[in-house]
Formats: sequence, C-alpha cells, structure tokens
Amino acid sequence: MSIVVSSLAVVLIVLIPWVGVGAFNLQYLFGVVVPYAALATFIIGIVVRVIDWARSPVPFRIPTTAGQQWSLPWVKYSKIDNPKGTGGVIVRMLFEILTFRSLFRNTRLEYRLKGDGAPKIDYEWEKWLWLAALLFHYSFLVIFLRHFRFFVEPIPGFVHLLESLDGFMQMGVLPLNGLGLPGVYLTDMLLMLAVTYLFVRRIYVHQTRYISLPADYFPLFLILALGTTGILMRYFIRVDITAVKELAVGLFKFHPTIPGDIGVIFYIHLFVISVLIAYFPFSKLMHMAGIFLSPTRNLSNNSRMKRHINPWNYPVHYHTYQAYEDEFREAMVEAGLPVEKEPE
Amino acid sequence: MAKDPKAGETAKINHTPPLMEGWMDTPVDIREGIYCYGAKEKNLEAVDMPNARDWNPAEEDWQLPDDWEKVIDDGFRLRLDRFRSFKLFMDICVRCGACADKCHFFIGSGDPKNMPVLRAELIRSVYRKKYTAGGKLFGKLAGARDLTLDVLKEWWYYLYQCTECRRCSLFCPYGIDTAEVTIIGRELTNLIGLNTDWISAPVANCNRTGNHLGIQPHAYKDMMDFFVDEIEDITGIRVEPSFNRKGAEILFITPSGDVFADPGTYTCMGYLMLFHYLQSQGLDITWSTYASEGGNFGYFTSHEMAKRLNAKMYAEAKRLGVKWILGGECGHMWRVLNQYMDTFNGPADFLEEPVSPITGTKFENAKGTKMVHLVEFTADLIKHNKLKLDPSRNDHLKVTFHDSCNPSRGMGFFEEPRYVINAVCNNFYEMPPQTIREQTFCCGSGAGLNAGENMELRMRGGLPRANAVRYVKEKYGVNMLSCICAIDRAVFPTLMDFWVRDVGVTGVHEMVANALVFEGENERTTDLRGEPLAGMEDDDNV
Repeated sequence: MSIVVSSLAVVLIVLIPWVGVGAFNLQYLFGVVVPYAALATFIIGIVVRVIDWARSPVPFRIPTTAGQQWSLPWVKYSKIDNPKGTGGVIVRMLFEILTFRSLFRNTRLEYRLKGDGAPKIDYEWEKWLWLAALLFHYSFLVIFLRHFRFFVEPIPGFVHLLESLDGFMQMGVLPLNGLGLPGVYLTDMLLMLAVTYLFVRRIYVHQTRYISLPADYFPLFLILALGTTGILMRYFIRVDITAVKELAVGLFKFHPTIPGDIGVIFYIHLFVISVLIAYFPFSKLMHMAGIFLSPTRNLSNNSRMKRHINPWNYPVHYHTYQAYEDEFREAMVEAGLPVEKEPE
Repeated sequence: MAKDPKAGETAKINHTPPLMEGWMDTPVDIREGIYCYGAKEKNLEAVDMPNARDWNPAEEDWQLPDDWEKVIDDGFRLRLDRFRSFKLFMDICVRCGACADKCHFFIGSGDPKNMPVLRAELIRSVYRKKYTAGGKLFGKLAGARDLTLDVLKEWWYYLYQCTECRRCSLFCPYGIDTAEVTIIGRELTNLIGLNTDWISAPVANCNRTGNHLGIQPHAYKDMMDFFVDEIEDITGIRVEPSFNRKGAEILFITPSGDVFADPGTYTCMGYLMLFHYLQSQGLDITWSTYASEGGNFGYFTSHEMAKRLNAKMYAEAKRLGVKWILGGECGHMWRVLNQYMDTFNGPADFLEEPVSPITGTKFENAKGTKMVHLVEFTADLIKHNKLKLDPSRNDHLKVTFHDSCNPSRGMGFFEEPRYVINAVCNNFYEMPPQTIREQTFCCGSGAGLNAGENMELRMRGGLPRANAVRYVKEKYGVNMLSCICAIDRAVFPTLMDFWVRDVGVTGVHEMVANALVFEGENERTTDLRGEPLAGMEDDDNV
C-alpha cells in the first residue's frame, strides 16, 4: 500500500512537467518559477526547522557512552566513543557524519531453535546497510558537486578533478563506449545501485517492511526518478548541454532566461529535484541537519566533572530529613541511631 | 500472578512481523504476564501524583480524568519545548531498521512493537498528527494517527515494556535514544495517573523511608546488625558500621536492594567488610538511613520525581557535613548520578573534591558531583596495593561479568570492574563481544519491570543475556554471573533458573570480601554464603 501510494505520487510528479512543458510549453514555470520556489522552501524550511530544534534546550547531558569513560589515570579511556571534551566530540561527530560509525556497528540477529528446544542466538556480521548508505550518500555528494559545471562559469578545478576520477572507468565499460556516448560515471551507477539496494532491503527484510511508511518509499522513488532522468539525459536522450548551462547559470545569477529547446526530459529532471528539495525540510530527510544536533552523540561525557545547567530547572519539594526524623524518631532512638532532636 | 511460562515454549519466537497487516491497524492486546499492575491510589497520593485511584489495566475502564486528551496534549507540547532530544528524535528517524533486532524485548518476544523504532513510532505517529503539517494534511499516509483511547493504552503497554537500556541508541546512525522517548512518554502517562505499581510503590517508599520496600530505620539497622553477626561467624572479625554519623568524612549510599534481598545482601556484607578493613588505614565512612536508596525509582516516573528522590543524597551529605559521597554497586542509580545529579541538585559546593584517604588519589572525574563509584575506589586501592587479597578463595567460582546497561551506555564504566574482578578471582571469562561492554544486553527487568506478575515479559527480555551466559557456561563451565547492579542481583537468579540453571549471581564486592585477608581473622573455610571454598569441601565445617 505504502509502495503503491508513493510510486503513484512519483509517477504523477514525472507526468506534471511532461505535460506542462511538452503540451503547454510552460518552460518558464518549470524552468524558473518552480526551481526558485523549491530552493526557497528548502533553505527557509531547513533554517526554520533547525532553529526550532535549537530553541529547545538540552537540559541534561545524555551522551551514549560507547567506550571507557575518562577516570583513573592508569585506565585507558576511549577518547572518541566516550569523549570528555570538545576535541573528542568533534572527532566523534566527524566519524559519525563522514563514516557512519554507529551504523558500522550493525549486526544481524540469527535466531534458531536447537533440537532440544533451546534457542541459539547469534549476532552476525552485517555491513551491507552501512555500505549501501555510505555509497549512496557519497555518490550523491559527488554527483551534486559534479553538477557545478552547469551552475558556475568558469568551472572550478575540483569539479574537473572529480569528473576525471569519477569517469576513470570510461575506457572499460562496454557496450556503452564506442557508441558515441560520453564516458560512464561511476557514481551514477553506484547511486542507482545503492538506492535500489535500499529499496529492495526495505521490502525484503520483514522488519523494515513492517515499519515502512509512504514517507520512506517516496524519497527513494524520487531519487530513483532523479537518477533515471539524469542518466537518460546523459547517455540516451541527449539534451542541449549549452542551453541547460545557460538556464542554470541564469538561475544562479538571478537573471533567468529560458533558452531554446532543451527537451522535456530535462524539465522532468529539474522538476523531480525541485520536489525533492522542497519536500526535504518536511521529511525524514532532515536527518542530514538533525544528526549535528543529536544530544547522544554531540555531548561530552563530563557531567561528573563539570556542572551543566538546565535552563528550565525549578525547585522541587523533597522529603526532608526533618520530616523523616519526625516520623521515625522513637524507632530511631530505640535502634540506637543518632537523632537531631531527642523525643519528648 | 500470571501463569509462569516454560522455557521451551517461551523460546519459540517468530521474528517475522505479519506480511499484510500494518502496525497501525493492529490493536493493542494487553496480555497477562507482560504488563505490571496499575499504580495504586495510596502510592500516587503519597507523592502528590495526579489522578490517584486504584485501577486495573486488564479492565476496559482505566478511570482516566475527563480532560486526559488535553493534559497529554499540553504535556507533549511542554516537553517538545524542553527537550531537544525529544523533538529531534520525533523528526529525524529514517526507519532504517538498524535498531530493530537490537532490543532484548524484540529478540525475546518477536512482538514487532518491541522494535525500538516502532516503540518510538507509537509516539511519533501521534506527534505527526498533532504537531506537523504533513500529518495534519495527509493523516495515515504520512504515518500520523489520532491519540485515541486504544492508542493511549498501546502507549502505556509498550512504554512499560522498555527497560530504557539504550542498546538501540548505540546502533542508531543518528543516536536516536528510544529510552529518551520512553522516559518522556512515561512522564506523559504519569500526568494522567498511568504508571505501574511496581514503580509507584518504590517511589512512595523511597520518598518516605529511603528504601524501596518501605523498611523503617530501626529495621534497616536490624538488617545491618544481622550482617555484622554473619560476618563475625564466617571471619571472626566484628565490623562496626556507623549510621547517620555527623562529621564523618565520607557518606556511603547504595541501593537498598543490597540490604534486603539475596544475593545482594552478600554484596552488602562485602561493603561492610571492605570499609572495616580500611578503617585502620584512615577510612572514615558512615551510612545513612535517610538517604539509604541509591536506586532512583523516580527516574521511571518523571524527571521531576527523579530529582526529588535524588535531592536527598546531597541534603544528607550537607546535614552530616561529609566531604564527599561514595556510591555502591547500582545500575540506574549511576546513570542518574553521572548524567543528571549535578544538574538536578548541584552545585555540591558544600562538598570537597573527592580524594581517597587511603591512596591520596584525587578523583578528578568526579570533581563536579563529588560522588565516586565504589568499584572505582576499590580499583584504585588494588592498583596501589592497599588490599591484601587471596584470589584463590574464589577458586570455587568460574566467573563472568554482566555489564549493566546504565553504567555501560550512560557512563562508560567497563575497565574498573574487570580490573577488580581479575584481582580477586582467578577464573574470569568474558561473554561474547556482541553481548558485553557497550553492546551489553539488559537483564530484562530494569526500569521498574522486576515485578512478579510480568514474569513472562522478564524471561523473554532476559533471553539474550541468559543465552550469552549459557554460552560461557557450556564453553568454560562458568558458574557465577557477577554484576554491579542491585536490580541485576535481584532478577538474575530467576532468569538463570529459567534459561541456564546452576549459575549463581554475585556483586563484585562480595568477591572482594571473599578474597580480602584480614589480620587476625579465622581461617576461612567458606565464602560469605557459607559455601565451602575450593579445597575445603571435605572439611568438617557443617
């Protein structure tokens, strides 16, 4: 059900610019208005969300301590997994964000019953999710950076470098080469592979299928559509690259112009990315910003050393010693326990 | 009490959620053996908790206040504004499922709503409906649903099936801590008087008498006197603990479970013996009957109640005029001490930075709270050769160590207990790496779940831990499970009997006391439990 709804939504998203540009020639709407609106939604949305999170305080230090605390001088402590200061936290966050360290720990439950009815439980090696997630995010990043060649003039050096690294396979990939097609980018394939894996895993693993919402399939399908249109455009249904660049540079210089005929496929690609970024702030995709604020990861474990303030702290009534002694004074005296006030 | 389950039956677990049914369409089934009895009127009233009345979760009518929806709504908003963790964890889950098979309750029950992600989704779905545009617009399509009475019951049922052990948070790529969601979810249920009696009664008791059983000070003292006699019988040494003594240098606080329930009582005897041993070297320590509970059951109710119970520790330290506080072997007590205490009730500027009077070691890691873990303290003593130990006295034991969840994932306390254990016993074996240290499995009965009526839940939740113990028992012949948590000591014997058999449970300081060689003591033929020491089995010591 979730899959059907999400895929229908994405089909609709692909059809809108197809019809809009193909049949009604709404190039300006889909080439200028929609991308601007989407980008504005993206930026404002993220800023609003992050400010909204940041407005809520972090009253208590609640890092997940994944290693030995800093204690006695001769006890080797875990600087990264259980940091006591800012330096350690920064390294921990870098590992978290750049290498998905927590996800790397992942294991898989193997539950079997032995002949005598006793369970045999194992926690197996499981790095596929980590690997797919890492490939997905890095491929996306590289593809995003590679797109700078469309937005900016002159093309920055690092973009050329990325392109040559990314395209180093172009000699070897057949049959695409030799058909008058440009070199194949590694990241294009990796992204599609990773997204497909993530989708298949979501359906194939019973537990993830059970928890999955349309909101989980929808971005996957959007990204699949984005990748597919991109690949189609690059390798199969060629578009006028000069015209695309003219539009993109115009958009970025806030002097948008609609050049000649680019091809509907480009507008579909552009619309899909517009939907994706506009959807971003309202969705789970916000994990990109959220991870930086996660209190279990971005706090140091030094609350026994250093006092941390809870901004909404308020005094509470606790049961005082006086009230306690008043109730039990006689029993205490009888048991030989010292009291503040002798019984009458 | 519910019909107690049988191990063979309980082990038949299906971890495959249904193919076609969505979890939102699966109504809650409040099953006997899984839930704990509802909080009693007198216990809620004792600490001014709202909607105090006797109620039964198995009945249709939970006697909620008329405006319960508004109370929850207001409480929810307030907590979103107060806890970034809560707000963030409502928003950023991508449902990757990395946490799904990490929860001991899911492993042991197969109930899909025990997957941490889904436990949190129970709350998130309502959050989306109430507080997000997408949820308001698209409803179920956006994973949103109304907070109906059934959903509320589902909340309660599953919030009190989480031991807040944080194992899921370790594996979450964003550090989403379902325990944090559970803690705040429990706060919400407490606003309308929904707690369990195994939490509300200890809260009321700890508040009034200082210990969770409601034992009055003279009875507390009686128990200690009993230990003193026992120790004398075994060692010939008469220990002399002091209580509520003003001007002592150090205040000692331990979970009251150590005082009242086997096998924690042996650990308590261990504390007494260690302190007596150190007396001649300059240890000046007192116990308190008023602040006699380290375990903070308020933490299973709300942050406010946790703070109220925790406040007594500093209040008593101030009244007695001690320099610093030493804390015994306890699980969630240490999470509260490590992560909350100074913020709750600090600054403890009437105390001094802790220094071991025996070794001169400054406990710089505790210079804020002024509260030192006893195992830390003992490890330091052993490192400085201040204890004469005969580890062969624990040779009748083959020991493994259970990392308690809270000191593990809420503190990072791993090496010190191992150092102490290795110094006091010769046969120590680790459980498999995926089941210890930060990846440790819960006992299945923490966070206020160690009642009798939810035995099936407890045995299911403890299965992964028991399974790892079984592994070392079969491989190395382990016969003793050591731990540094009073709840563990209270619940493991039942768990071991159910899944493993013939594995005892001990605190670390029981083994320390066994190994500790006193000047002028009798030759020891038994351990603190009266079990013959290795090589003494044939002695006529009955």
